[in-house]
Amino acid sequence: MGASNKPVLWLPFAAGGMLAALALPALVAVVLLDSLGRLPGGGLDYARVSAWIGNPWIAIALFAFVSLVLWHAAHRLRMTLQDLGVRRPGARRVAARLCYLGAGLFTFVLGYQLI
Amino acid sequence: MNSSSPSSAASTRMVTLDVARFRPESEPAPSWQSYQVPVLEEWTVLDALNHVKDHIDGSLSYRWSCHMAVCGSCGMMVNGNPTLSCKSFLRELPDQIRIEPLANLKVIRDLVVEQNRLIDGMAAAKTWLIPREPPPADQAYRQTPAQLAQYRPLSMCINCMLCYAACPQVALNPGYLGPAALALAQRYNLDSRDAGAIERMQTTASDDGVWECTFIGECSEVCPKHVDPAGAIQQMKLASSLEWFKRRLGLGGDA
Amino acid sequence: MKTQSFQPQLPTFWWLQRGNYRRYMLRELTSLPIAVYAVWLILALLRLGQGAEAWAAFRASLATPAAIGLQLIVLVFAVVHSVSWFALAPRTMPIYIGTRRVADAWIAAAHYLAWAVLSVLIFLAIGV
Repeated sequence: MGASNKPVLWLPFAAGGMLAALALPALVAVVLLDSLGRLPGGGLDYARVSAWIGNPWIAIALFAFVSLVLWHAAHRLRMTLQDLGVRRPGARRVAARLCYLGAGLFTFVLGYQLI
Repeated sequence: MNSSSPSSAASTRMVTLDVARFRPESEPAPSWQSYQVPVLEEWTVLDALNHVKDHIDGSLSYRWSCHMAVCGSCGMMVNGNPTLSCKSFLRELPDQIRIEPLANLKVIRDLVVEQNRLIDGMAAAKTWLIPREPPPADQAYRQTPAQLAQYRPLSMCINCMLCYAACPQVALNPGYLGPAALALAQRYNLDSRDAGAIERMQTTASDDGVWECTFIGECSEVCPKHVDPAGAIQQMKLASSLEWFKRRLGLGGDA
Repeated sequence: MKTQSFQPQLPTFWWLQRGNYRRYMLRELTSLPIAVYAVWLILALLRLGQGAEAWAAFRASLATPAAIGLQLIVLVFAVVHSVSWFALAPRTMPIYIGTRRVADAWIAAAHYLAWAVLSVLIFLAIGV
């Protein structure tokens, strides 16, 4: 045995879980209200939203939020796949790589968009 | 314990025990055997088993010792729930009761399971005091009540292994150290007299350690001593993660 | 004499067997809609970067009945995630005052307060 590299997986999982718990329902609700046309004020029109994203602080915060939440979900999904029956070591490795590489890929796209 | 045997009067309650038997010399897998047991109002499942052993079938094997929820020997599945059979009262159970050995563990005979999982786990996780300093002149390590409060709940563990029977990860991951061994490691990590936390992380923070836990939390639900292994393991994940990053950043001075 | 011990197998559907296991699986499966939504947000930024027309088209696609249904599902699971997360957080981060451990309910209450404050801030910042 010996020290594991699991902290690299777990700490972002925990951080993303906390951020999702605190902020995701409100974010989903706001976007949903906009989709229903019920948002007071201008709604999520192009000028407003692109002005927000143009602010580097908001861009950095959004990057951190979305990437950590995505990582949280990927890690949890991987463990759940094991619970649901992905048990052979080879299959576990494939499931883990799919989850983490998927999260990594989308994080890259996200970072590319925001920079 | 109960030397008095219930009378066979018509008013005596009869309970059917469906017991999982396993006799390795004659069968490849466990099979069921039913016993009709006349029971007394105050009996527990263990009393009923003792009645079977003494009066019906002396070949039935199970562990027990204290009959007062302290020794941790008599854990078994009662109607599918990991339970100390000495704490499981028949008056709270139906007339037909399913009794099996603790889940997820290897069965040696009848209701007797291998305890290696816990004992090897404790050895691997070094669940003993690794002193910070040699004992003071009066041979007593002093501790304040506040320092005691930090680890006291975790020190209540009686090694009964109900938590192993409640934890699917114990079954899914054969190398996993398991809830009680990890909770006991954290019990010493939190002890002010102890300096072994980093040393223990060699195993508790390995791939077979805390990371296998997914915080299902059933271990804490079934614990007869209100230990919270699930909570302790999450605390260890957090501490191990912070330690790992500290070391990567070159801040971890010791070890 | 060497005896053979019997290793029982965990049933495939173990997670249906106990109430706690079922609640656990519900909590873990929040990861699926949350992952979908995170990817959706990334897609949104992609469309935003393509200009006003692309953004308008994306917004219109969000207003379709299917997209609204999906958002509702995500919202429900996001709330399940929040509630289950705040239920577990106190046990991961216990706080002691002297010999007393601060009751889990207080730590959970602090999380709920932070949740409420942040939610109001998000509504004020984006919504109005």
